[in-house]
Amino acid sequence: MAEEKGNGYKSGSNLEKILRAGHFAVTGELGPPQSADGSVIRKKANLLKGVTDAVNITDNQTAIVRMSSIASAVLAMQEDLEPIVQMTCRDRNRLAIQADLLGAQALGVRNLLCLTGDHQSFGNHPTAKNVHDLDSVQLIQMVKTMRDESKFQCGDDIKGESPSLFIGGAANPFGDPFEFRPYRLAKKAVAGADFIQTQLIYDIPRFREYMKKVVDMGLHEKVYILAGVGPIKSSGAARYMRDNVPGMIVRDEYVDRMAAAIKGIPKEEKTARRKAWRETGIRICIEQIQEIQEIEGVAGVHIMAIEWEEAVQPIVEGAGLFPRPTVE
Amino acid sequence: MIVGEQKPIAEIMKLLGDAQKVLIAGCGTCVTVCFAGGEKEVGILASALRMMSKLEEHPMEVDEVTVQRQCEWEYIDPLAERLGEYDAILSLACGIGVQAMNERFPESITLPGLNTTFMGLPEEQGVWEERCQACGDCILGITGGICPIARCSKQLLNGPCGGSQNGMCEIDPDVPCAWQLIWERAEKLGRIDNLLEIQPPKDWAKSRDGGPRKIVREDLQLEKSE
Repeated sequence: MAEEKGNGYKSGSNLEKILRAGHFAVTGELGPPQSADGSVIRKKANLLKGVTDAVNITDNQTAIVRMSSIASAVLAMQEDLEPIVQMTCRDRNRLAIQADLLGAQALGVRNLLCLTGDHQSFGNHPTAKNVHDLDSVQLIQMVKTMRDESKFQCGDDIKGESPSLFIGGAANPFGDPFEFRPYRLAKKAVAGADFIQTQLIYDIPRFREYMKKVVDMGLHEKVYILAGVGPIKSSGAARYMRDNVPGMIVRDEYVDRMAAAIKGIPKEEKTARRKAWRETGIRICIEQIQEIQEIEGVAGVHIMAIEWEEAVQPIVEGAGLFPRPTVE
Repeated sequence: MIVGEQKPIAEIMKLLGDAQKVLIAGCGTCVTVCFAGGEKEVGILASALRMMSKLEEHPMEVDEVTVQRQCEWEYIDPLAERLGEYDAILSLACGIGVQAMNERFPESITLPGLNTTFMGLPEEQGVWEERCQACGDCILGITGGICPIARCSKQLLNGPCGGSQNGMCEIDPDVPCAWQLIWERAEKLGRIDNLLEIQPPKDWAKSRDGGPRKIVREDLQLEKSE
């Protein structure tokens, strides 16, 4: 076990407190703008505040340049929303990451999600050089060493306050090789992850199979596992995720339900179609959360509704997870 | 082997600029084997340049030569006498050959006719693939002989990222996921345990990140006169 701070918590973040208290946690996601417009963060933060325990602030997600995750996190905190700063290994080497973590700590950030990062070829700077000085497992290990041993990766002491972050990692139960996935989760647990957020789940039987292995290995007792869900916007979006997004599995039932949602609504009635799709997307998401809550070893849900933050409140309410508990 | 690819002829013409007398210098080793800069390719490019010079009304005399290895002094030294008569030398060797020529013959300019692409092997006739990045700290013993530094798009050391599906890498459905291959191999060899241990951050100082690398073998050095 990691050395705990005086108050018994590793970081004292709201997310840590909620999970430690045994509540079913709800995290959300907030994508910073492709501009310096801070009002975008404030607006989204106000849609997520109170309905989530903390929200991920993405780090140049899909390799598209956006406002920095730490800067956006500070803006979110000004709106009383707890951030989970995402940090990828794609854009920074160990020096830059550690420098940013010192800054994040000083600015009040207490949660960090450690990621490999989408390949730059997906984004708007495909000719960029990628870094990958560390991988996500090594990043988790480095952050834990900074927190628990007050040491930099090189072994030098951090003289003064060190980052006391609640450390997260990602897991994709749908990537291949499937058999390796629980072991990779185990590596992240050993490296020092406190919580795990999974890739979007649109194949609950496969997720159940994965979780069975995870529980058999006892990993759910070492890390809090938050299952990733997200409302589908349209039947086109469902098909796109099924056919084109690497590392995703979308069962046909969801694609079919989204297609059936607009049955009988003429193509010209765009607003009506959109409304029908969105209602069905939210309904599916609520049902998924209810199914996932029954799976052993799941400690919460991570709701990804990027550019549709309005959906989070009805989902959380519909799933019976509102109001969010407070832990002192 | 070192694998290269010839630059587009338009780029070569641009590099040659006003040169009126050009020597195309091939190399008889790696780039011959990968059909990019051997004697045959020198001949073909020379003909192409002669045609281009006629088409563009830019008089150009093109000669040809191919040495066994452009990256070793003893093979390029015999060229010394004749280089003075050329405005430019166009090397079809890898980047090492081009640099060797410029280093050994500083009075002449040697230009690159190839893009040196990678260290790899011919997977089948006409298909080459990268296998090694010369990171200076070989980990093939842990990964079952499959290199994640050269073959994983993110150079991951502790397993696959979330983008691997159906055995393929997220960057391209035709690129195999290195970690899928490593996993399958470990399963076959019964050496999964190797992959469960956390690999620590890599010492990139042994790679190019430490600056240009050099090996000095005193046991092989000829005695230096004091």
